[in-house]
Amino acid sequence: MASASRPAAADNASTVPAIAVDGLHKRYGAIEVLKGIDFRAHEGEVISILGASGSGKSTFLRCLNLLELPSAGRLQIFGEQVDLRQSGDALHIGNRRQVDRLRTQVAMVFQNFCLWSHMTVLENLMEAPIHVQRRGRGEVREEAEAMLRRVGLIDRAKAYPAQLSGGQQQRAAIARALVMKPRGLLFDEPTSALDPELVGEVLKVMRDLAAEGRTMLIVTHEMAFARDVSSRIVFLEQGRIKAEGLPLDLFRGGVNERFDQFISRFNQA
Amino acid sequence: MTSGMFELLGFGPQGWGLPLLKAAGVTIAAALCGFLLGSIFGIGGATLKLARPRALRLIGQAYTTVFRGVPEILVVYLFYFGGSVILTTLMNTGGFPGFYSLPSFVIGVLAIGIVSGAYQTEAYRSAYLRLDRGQIEAGTACGMSKLLLLRRIVAPQTLRFALPALGNIWQSALKETSLLSVIGLTELLRQAGTAAGSTRQPLLFYAIAAAVFLVIGRATGAGLNRMESHLAKPWRR
Ligand SMILES: Nc1ncnc2c1ncn2[C@@H]1O[C@H](COP(=O)(O)OP(=O)(O)OP(=O)(O)O)[C@@H](O)[C@H]1O
Ligand SMILES: [Mg+2]
Repeated sequence: MASASRPAAADNASTVPAIAVDGLHKRYGAIEVLKGIDFRAHEGEVISILGASGSGKSTFLRCLNLLELPSAGRLQIFGEQVDLRQSGDALHIGNRRQVDRLRTQVAMVFQNFCLWSHMTVLENLMEAPIHVQRRGRGEVREEAEAMLRRVGLIDRAKAYPAQLSGGQQQRAAIARALVMKPRGLLFDEPTSALDPELVGEVLKVMRDLAAEGRTMLIVTHEMAFARDVSSRIVFLEQGRIKAEGLPLDLFRGGVNERFDQFISRFNQA
Repeated sequence: MTSGMFELLGFGPQGWGLPLLKAAGVTIAAALCGFLLGSIFGIGGATLKLARPRALRLIGQAYTTVFRGVPEILVVYLFYFGGSVILTTLMNTGGFPGFYSLPSFVIGVLAIGIVSGAYQTEAYRSAYLRLDRGQIEAGTACGMSKLLLLRRIVAPQTLRFALPALGNIWQSALKETSLLSVIGLTELLRQAGTAAGSTRQPLLFYAIAAAVFLVIGRATGAGLNRMESHLAKPWRR
C-alpha cells in the first residue's frame, strides 16, 4: 500500500543519488567487517537493510554519517563528495564542518533511542536545530511542537525521557531527527529494544514517513515491515551485498538462495 | 555567670562576638575558595586520568595518590614553608633582600584546593564514566562539535552525577580549614583558641566553634541537597 503511493524516484537515473557509496571497506584491526560495498539510494527511496547478526548492517549505516570511519571507499551525500583523506591505511575526516553539516541532513535514529536524559522531550527536539543549525528559537519551537503532535507526544512535551515508555521515547527520537529537516533518515533497528506491544506505534510513524516520500534507510529485523513498506531490499552477508531488489521479488523466493535461507530461518522463529 | 557569658559573646568592646563572626567568615571564604580551586584541579585531574596517552594518565594518577595519601596538615606545612622558600629566593635574586612569605590565606586556599582537587578528580572521573555513550553518539550524529557536546551534554550530565560526591568533599574542605590555624590564619578554630586563652573559658569557646562549624556545614549541606534533588529530577520516573 505504502510502496504504491510513493513517487517512483528509484529508477530515475538522471537525478543525483541521495547517498552514493563506492568500494566501501571497514576494518577493525585484522577483521574486515565491510568488504567493498557499492550502493546508491535515490531521493524518496525506502530501503530496508537485512542480514544476519554480525553481517555488518550497523557498521554500514554508521559509515554513512561517519559515526564509523570507513577504511577505504568514497561517499557522496546528496551530490556532495565527503572529504575523506587517506592517512596510512585509514581514512580520516578532511573537513569536520562539512561532516557536521551533512549529519544534520542525514539524521539517525538509534536502537536505544538515546534521548538526552537531562532535557525534556521538547528540549531534546530543539537542541540541534538551535545549537547546530542556528535556527531561531521561535521557529524551532513551532516546528518541534508540530512534530510532537505528529508522533502523538505533544502532551508529553515537558516530560523527561525516563518518564516515557520505550515506544514513546523512540517516537520522540524520530521527532528529534525530523525537526532538523533532514533530507534522509537512517534507522538502526529502531524497534529491537521495544516490548512487542510497543513495536506497532513506532512502525506506524515510520510507515507514515515512508508514504510521504522520505528517503529512509532502515536496518531491521521486522520482515513484514520490510516487505510491505520498503521500495528496495538490500541483503548483507559477511560484509557484502549479497542480494538487492524489490521486496516482492525477493520475498517471493527463488531469486537468491542465501536470502531464501535467511528468510526461512526467520519464518521458523 | 549568665550575664558574664552574654558579655563575653556579645558584640560590645569586651565581647568576642565580632571576632568570632569575622573568623567564621574567614573559614567560609577559605573553604569556598579552596573548593572552587579544587574543582579546577579536579576537572583537570579527571581529564588527565581519562586521557588516552599513558603519560598523562600517570600524571593524574600520581596527583591523586600523593594528595590523598599525605596527611593534609603536612600539605599545609609544605606549602607554607615551600612557598616562602621559593618566594624569598625569587625576591632575593631579583634584588630585594629579606624574608618573604605568601599570606596565610593564599597558602591555605592553595593547600585546600590541591587536596580537595585530588578527591574531586575521582568524583568527576567516575561521574564521566557513568555517562551513556549512546547519548554522546546521538549528539555527534546531530552534527554537534566536540565543544558543543561538552557544553550541552557531557558537562551538565557529569556535574549531576558528580554532585553527591562533591557534597561530601565540600564538607571535608570546610572542616579542613581548621588546619590552617597552624599557619596563623585567623579562622574559627584559631580565634576560638585566642578567646579561650584570654578568658580561660576553653570549653565555652571551643564548643561555640564546634557549633558554628556544624551550622555552616548543615546549612550548606541542605542547600546542596536541594540542588542535587532538583538536578536529579530528570532521572526520576
Ligand atoms: N568496534 C568494533 N571493534 C571490533 N569489531 C567490531 C566493532 N564493531 C563491530 N564489530 C564487528 O563487526 C561485525 C559487524 O558488526 P555490526 O554491528 O555491523 O553487525 P550487525 O549486522 O549490525 O549485527 P546485529 O544484527 O547483531 O546488530 C561483527 O562481527 C562485530 O563483532
Ligand atoms: Mg546492528
